[in-house]
Amino acid sequence: MGKITFIEHDNTEHVTEFEAGTTLMQIAVDNAVPGIDGDCGGECACGTCHMIVADEWFGKTGSIGDAEEQMLSMTPERAQTSRLGCQVRTTEAMDGMTVHLPEFQM
Amino acid sequence: MTISEKQTTVIVGGGHAAGALMTILLQKKYQHEVVLVGEEPHPPYQRPPLSKNYLAGEVDQASLYLKPRVVYEKAGQQLRLGVRVEQIDRDNKTIRLSDQSTLKYDQLVLATGSHVRRLRAPGSDLQGIHYLHDITDTDALREKLVPGKRLVIVGGGYIGLEVAASATKKGVNVTVLEAADRLMQRVTGPEMSAFFYAKHRGAGVDVRLNTAVTGFEAGDQGRVAGVTLADGGTVPADVVLVSIGVIPETALAEAAGLPCDDGIVVDEFARTGDPDILAIGDCTRHRNLFFEKMQRLESVANAVDQARTAAATLMGEEKPYDSAPWFWSNQYDVRLQMVGLSQNSDQRVLRGSAEDKEFAVFYLREGSVIAVDAVNLPVAFMVGKQLVQHRKSVCAKALSDPRTDLKSLV
Repeated sequence: MGKITFIEHDNTEHVTEFEAGTTLMQIAVDNAVPGIDGDCGGECACGTCHMIVADEWFGKTGSIGDAEEQMLSMTPERAQTSRLGCQVRTTEAMDGMTVHLPEFQM
Repeated sequence: MTISEKQTTVIVGGGHAAGALMTILLQKKYQHEVVLVGEEPHPPYQRPPLSKNYLAGEVDQASLYLKPRVVYEKAGQQLRLGVRVEQIDRDNKTIRLSDQSTLKYDQLVLATGSHVRRLRAPGSDLQGIHYLHDITDTDALREKLVPGKRLVIVGGGYIGLEVAASATKKGVNVTVLEAADRLMQRVTGPEMSAFFYAKHRGAGVDVRLNTAVTGFEAGDQGRVAGVTLADGGTVPADVVLVSIGVIPETALAEAAGLPCDDGIVVDEFARTGDPDILAIGDCTRHRNLFFEKMQRLESVANAVDQARTAAATLMGEEKPYDSAPWFWSNQYDVRLQMVGLSQNSDQRVLRGSAEDKEFAVFYLREGSVIAVDAVNLPVAFMVGKQLVQHRKSVCAKALSDPRTDLKSLV
């Protein structure tokens, strides 16, 4: 069990507890973080769980797959450390991580 | 304003639309008591995997749940599962449940979904004829998918083809019988149908088009042994899946006197004919601003988008439903993503080719993009979402030219 903080575009913070192995999208849904509904359930099919990982944590989130990259490439608020939340499976090493949410989802 | 007792919003149905509405109401800090009444014993869950990786046994049941049950309860939302709503009493604003209790509502949201269309034909009550709509159905079908067994699928739409792909992977001998002259005829264009036909044939599935089913042949002990065809032939079967579509679940609404027309009729704010009753998801025929007509959509995206609309309406905001519908399907190594509805197109533009395994069909009407089907090309889907939503006019040549960066067209 660790903690991940989601920060909305208006700076509202949501400190959540997570079990390693859960995806970032699922953690956000379970904690009713606004704006993340995980429409496709984590299939990397909809592109509606865009998140921006804090720079210092990005290296811990694993690599970006081809489908995810294509989806992200069309996201207007794309940042260097953007990920689709459903494609990031959490590990113990992510305890304390901060994730920012964009203003809009696609 | 006097301080009154907390109001209660009751959601009828435990599917994706209901589950999404629960989460969105929580996100929006909705102050009313929220109670979901669901007939299945499960909290709301993802149905798409039922014909794909859940059928294949690659993911477990708990992973289907939109959220674990305890998460709703922790947040103060009630789930009453395993009970059916028998009747809506609009005069007294109560519903009667199958356990004979009644529940008072201030606002009611119908998210009753759909039920499978049954094939009524001689032998249709034989054992071994399956339908696929919920977890129980998939669990029952999975048991029968044993290597070497013969599965005959009636209907070459999304569900039938996804099951064909999942079953083939498990070493089952699969035959697909489709009455129309191409696969997925209702939802896609001929190029995509041809691609999926080749894909399934290549994987060893015996796909037969223009093949109408007349009934089922009995074997031992009341079990199905074959599917009989209009041309007089018979296809031997150990297991049969009938996947010929769904019918919106409107019985409760109709009995309550709410307007229905192949779906519970709602406006662009998800309101039914009763100001205290909303309806969302597969069960609705909604006023669709995007298509400028009454529309019924069977999809997760529609369920979630209408849930968003209903949440806004419940909270006194007016946010009309005005989004382009989208869909997806996974079969073998193919990721199909679709946006818009292609039926009324007057021009189809192909980008890439089916042989490349990465291609897209853009559907145009009077020069505007009205739909896109993308195979293993997520960027075309994402660009398509933008083009379709904004009804963009795009030069057909630019769409098909591989040198054009799709992103530059948005």
